[in-house]
Amino acid sequence: MSTVGESFVTAAGLVVAADPRLLDIVCLSLTVSLSAVFIASCLGLPIGAAIAVGRFPGRRTLTVVLNGLMGLPPVVVGLLVYLLLSRAGPLGALGLLFTPSAMVIAQVVLITPIIAALSRQIVADAWRDYEEQLRSLGASTPRAACTLLIDTRFSLSTAVLAGLGRAVAEVGAVMIVGGNIEGVTRVMTTSIALETSKGDLPLALALGFILIAIVLILNALAHAVREWAVRRHG
Amino acid sequence: MAEALLTLEALRFDAGGHTLIDSVSARIAALRRTVILGPNGAGKSVLMRLMHGLLEPVSGRVHWSGGKAPVQAMVFQRPVMLRRSVLDNLTYALALAGVAAGERRTRAMDVLQRVGLAHLASRPARVLSGGEQQRVALARAWALRPAVLFLDEPTASLDPGASAEVERLIGVIAADGCSIVMSTHNLGQARRLADDILFIDSGRIAEHTPAADFFAAPRSAQAEQFIRGELSWT
Amino acid sequence: MDMIRRSLISAVAAAAVAFASPVSFAAERFITVSSTTSTENSGLFKHLLPVFEAKTGIQVRVVALGTGQALDMARRGDADVVFVHDKKAEEKFIAEGYGVSRQDVMYNDFVLIGPKADPAKVVGGKDITAALTAIRAAQAPFVSRGDKSGTHAAELRLWKAAGVEGDAPTGDWYRSTGSGMGAALNTASSMNAYIMADRGTWLSFKNRGDLTVVVEGDNRLFNQYGVILVNPEKHAHVKKADGQAFIDWVVSAEGQQAIAGYKIGGEQLFFPNAAK
Repeated sequence: MSTVGESFVTAAGLVVAADPRLLDIVCLSLTVSLSAVFIASCLGLPIGAAIAVGRFPGRRTLTVVLNGLMGLPPVVVGLLVYLLLSRAGPLGALGLLFTPSAMVIAQVVLITPIIAALSRQIVADAWRDYEEQLRSLGASTPRAACTLLIDTRFSLSTAVLAGLGRAVAEVGAVMIVGGNIEGVTRVMTTSIALETSKGDLPLALALGFILIAIVLILNALAHAVREWAVRRHG
Repeated sequence: MAEALLTLEALRFDAGGHTLIDSVSARIAALRRTVILGPNGAGKSVLMRLMHGLLEPVSGRVHWSGGKAPVQAMVFQRPVMLRRSVLDNLTYALALAGVAAGERRTRAMDVLQRVGLAHLASRPARVLSGGEQQRVALARAWALRPAVLFLDEPTASLDPGASAEVERLIGVIAADGCSIVMSTHNLGQARRLADDILFIDSGRIAEHTPAADFFAAPRSAQAEQFIRGELSWT
Repeated sequence: MDMIRRSLISAVAAAAVAFASPVSFAAERFITVSSTTSTENSGLFKHLLPVFEAKTGIQVRVVALGTGQALDMARRGDADVVFVHDKKAEEKFIAEGYGVSRQDVMYNDFVLIGPKADPAKVVGGKDITAALTAIRAAQAPFVSRGDKSGTHAAELRLWKAAGVEGDAPTGDWYRSTGSGMGAALNTASSMNAYIMADRGTWLSFKNRGDLTVVVEGDNRLFNQYGVILVNPEKHAHVKKADGQAFIDWVVSAEGQQAIAGYKIGGEQLFFPNAAK
């Protein structure tokens, strides 16, 4: 049987058997990445809206920088966070290195620019339509930014999902700051890397299929909710 | 002549190296319906935005009788509906206007009742037809109890039935004690609604007279040509 | 407004749930061991650690890196115990004051892996330097770890013994991959190249393709593992007592037996040799 075929069977077997170690890894992956997405959204959405709506010097430069940061290399982010959290580093005393919290921090650094840049674009587009009406009603800039974030919520879900996709699929940063410790910081992607290095390519690929399936399911769910909401709210 | 609502003093506005409004001085009468008439690109929209304060003149000024700007509202050619219910669109505007939280709902429902949209109060505003949305926009403006209502080509994107309903509502709002300043390029509409005509061409005032005089015998060559031109098309 | 409030409340609730779980890990009693990919990838720790954890209640968190990186990680204070296999580098680590003392734990051996077709004609040899010389002469593809790991250090020492000048051989046939043991084996497998590996990783490695053991049993292929407690005087937060407990157990009769008991396909991977 081909490696790919064998992997499908392995993947199906793992899922059907509800392999407890697999469940732990999947749960940790989702917990870490969803936490990171939540924090990154709390930071990125207001930042994006502020840059879209605000009028301050350096706004264009900031936009360019933000768009550039969307392509941050995960390994570099991992290394920076590692040096920050290392015992010898400035935040070493917190003892966060090699914990899920460290992985959350690295992913937040990685995806906040993505969420901020995409939401800036979405809010800026909406601002073109809304600006005169909101200013006519006397909305302050912060209030307008807030209103736009709420009004573009369906489109913003795409920005948030882009962040989630990046977080859950990323391996470079979590490998460095998490250490791929079994039962503590081992997630889907680091497991795949580990099984690959053990030469167990079918198992690695099977885990890959499961990861892809999870990402697809999350996106399908989000899409369905969005479709339903758009139909309902226009 | 009636009491003045506001006085324009030598207004000038430039954009992109072009002078869009030049040496405009006029006295807009209170509690009357002033229609700004003129061909496309004459500067009608810009002039209204200068009066409403959405644009700052390069020179000259807008002087409100009584010293400070009264409560005012503006309705645009394309209604900007927030992605929320019809009622919430109104309470949002009332919140921005500083109306106490307890009072917003009653006031909004009362206005919706008067424009005949109470049955749509809980509907998402974005899913309404264009005509209904423009009526919600009128209700939203009216709920603010403005001393003056600006309307920028409010029926330009509507079908005849919806236009008629909007015109009727403008009459009702005017009768409620609200000064109306409205732009249009539709002669019939101007004839039906105007007390005064402010005719502008190429950013300058060509004529400012009571509507009856204007339609009986325009004094400026541009206005006469405009009336003739428009009539030949209708 | 209501809508904002509602979404804020649910968001905060979600955050609380999300954070509860990562934080809860911090409460457990654990030590961090920086070790090598060879011990982790071979499955030894999976066999060994549950026994220790059940006995002491101390969780052992293993971060598997190359020996060089594992020592660097400990230098920065990010590990309590180091469990690696490059005696020279370990002694330097102690001399610098980062480690308290070093103890032998176990050994296995390196093996020279190569394609069954054997273009350099080295199969069955017992002399590793002769084999390396033959590979170099034949310009047969050779994959090196190139990652400052214990295996990499051992390989470089053997090249030197085989008369190579400079740090490492040069030429198209010599590929330095800068990767872990498993990744390097994957590369060798797809290139049909020679490669030096530790026996443990090789035995548990599944993607062998056409590769097989070509040279083994030379004394110079001996691979000693040592264990070191990171010096609490350098890094005050080092968990001295729990770290020492792990070291004591690994070199105890019970720990040594557990190491000897780890087998893949009936073959023993590591041979305990702690000083009695």
